[in-house]
Amino acid sequence: MARFILRRLGLAVITLWLISVWVFCSIQLLPGNVGRSILGPLASPTAVATLNHQLGTDKPALTQYKEWVTGVVHGDFGTSQKLQVPVRPQLTTALRHSFELALVAFLIVVPLSLIGGTIAALRLGSAADRGITITGLSLSAVPEFVTGVVLIAVFGIWLNVLPISATWEPGSGIGSQVQHLLMPAIALSGVLFGYIARMARAGMVEALDSDYVRTAVLKGLPRRTVIWRHAMRNALLPTITVIATQLGYLIGGLVVVEILFNYQGIGRLIFNAAAAHDVPMLEGGAMVVGAVFLLATLAADVLYSLLNPRIRHGSAE
Amino acid sequence: MSTVDVAAPRSALSIQRRETLRAFTRSKTFLAGAAIVGFWILCAIFQARFFQNPNGLSVHILEGPSGSHWFGTDRNGRDVFARVIAGARDILVIAPAATLLGTVCGTALGLVMGYFRGIVDDVLGRLVDAVLSLPVVIVALLAIVSVGPSKKTTILVVGFVFAPLIARTVRTAVLVERDLEYVSAARLRNERAPYILFVEILPNVLQPVIVEFTVRLGYAIFTVATLSFLGFGIPPPSSDWGVQVADHYQYLPGGFAWWPTLFPGLAIASLVIGVSLLADGVSQVLER
Repeated sequence: MARFILRRLGLAVITLWLISVWVFCSIQLLPGNVGRSILGPLASPTAVATLNHQLGTDKPALTQYKEWVTGVVHGDFGTSQKLQVPVRPQLTTALRHSFELALVAFLIVVPLSLIGGTIAALRLGSAADRGITITGLSLSAVPEFVTGVVLIAVFGIWLNVLPISATWEPGSGIGSQVQHLLMPAIALSGVLFGYIARMARAGMVEALDSDYVRTAVLKGLPRRTVIWRHAMRNALLPTITVIATQLGYLIGGLVVVEILFNYQGIGRLIFNAAAAHDVPMLEGGAMVVGAVFLLATLAADVLYSLLNPRIRHGSAE
Repeated sequence: MSTVDVAAPRSALSIQRRETLRAFTRSKTFLAGAAIVGFWILCAIFQARFFQNPNGLSVHILEGPSGSHWFGTDRNGRDVFARVIAGARDILVIAPAATLLGTVCGTALGLVMGYFRGIVDDVLGRLVDAVLSLPVVIVALLAIVSVGPSKKTTILVVGFVFAPLIARTVRTAVLVERDLEYVSAARLRNERAPYILFVEILPNVLQPVIVEFTVRLGYAIFTVATLSFLGFGIPPPSSDWGVQVADHYQYLPGGFAWWPTLFPGLAIASLVIGVSLLADGVSQVLER
């Protein structure tokens, strides 16, 4: 088990390093002069050169990369070129906000989609099954900004029951905070519902078709016991992995939803950094997102092997 | 298997093809999807001939739906109905082009990874993992920030991001094929690797590739629309739906003007749902 986790951790570190190289390279392609774009077209060439020297953007790319990576490894993400403040506190605040939003989204979507997928599997081929499958398929295809504007139009304006902006007034209670997060969270959940419900359905169908479920039924166990005690545990195993890998997707969706609902999260931070050509902020944001995704996948692998004795007691793999 | 194939008359193959075709026409999901997608393709082709100019300006700014403007007018006085009808044009070129690019590159990558295994597979596999660890939207943002948004960049970037995803699927299929007899036979005949990959193995992994293409097409539309909404996809003068929503969602609060946002939004929803129904139909028929 320890070897398994160590191996996965090693692979994650290599992947993270590759992401850093790749993020750095794609940003190095940025056209133009960093000092010039900060100071504007009227600044003197010497002032631009001095600023470039201070920022270190006149150094060779390899030196810049080394300095940046050394900083990141020590937890120093540099200073934002746009806001002139350290990047790290900005990243941590934004990440905390995004986690709150993602948490609400997960709390909504995971139970709903598991129940939906299970019902569909139990009534295979029925109208309920087809309804859930088609709904899931459709929801997972619609971009979040579309779901978002429809939600805003219906719940924010016509029915006027939910706030349009996700940013709450300072000092408001947890109830009000959740209320503000509800609409963006639902917009995020649409896509996830389709994926998770589909996996849960497939897992349940496979489990119900297995020998041990047939044995349990033939033994005369009540249907409820068969489903909950025997089928459910095995059916949900692959779903756990899907839920964790969807976290990566969720962060992508956050970019759109946070902009639409005006919420100060990591997605909006990355978008603003990209729009303003704020290199340290953009690099830091991309690294954090990559790290979060890798951690989530790692957690899913570990959880999966803990829940599945065949892997836990098997070889290192 | 290969000896039987040589002896089998051509008609067996055509019967099989006809069977597949019939399965398509019987699949309700496929037909529903095809109808929706077909509708938008027709709109894109015949828009210029039958409807108003989508870029025609007027003094009627942000007017609600009426007899003369069925879906109202937008902030530049343009007819929203005409723009919704014309909105499918760019995305119906860009998304398939990007998917095609991604499928071609991804298939080649997957063939190489699955066939050679070993160090090639390990190194390429790590690279694929690195690309897939960042959400598509963020990868696209990083790339488009560097070169600036345009239709061509959008195709290249989305194609580039999709290639590793398709490579994974193809690799899995190749891993099964490479141990079969016809591949060993080709190797014994001393065929070169490119021949074995593209002439021997490729036709046998074509089915998952086709399924993957249709599934990815839905994601491509999703991604291109999202990028356009963010201002990093199709550039503004276009009547693209994502651009329309981006331009007008600020008028939603206070119930000021919902029509220039909601109608293009629903249009995107219908197209992506159509494509995903189509994809679901294709995978049901081909993966029976």
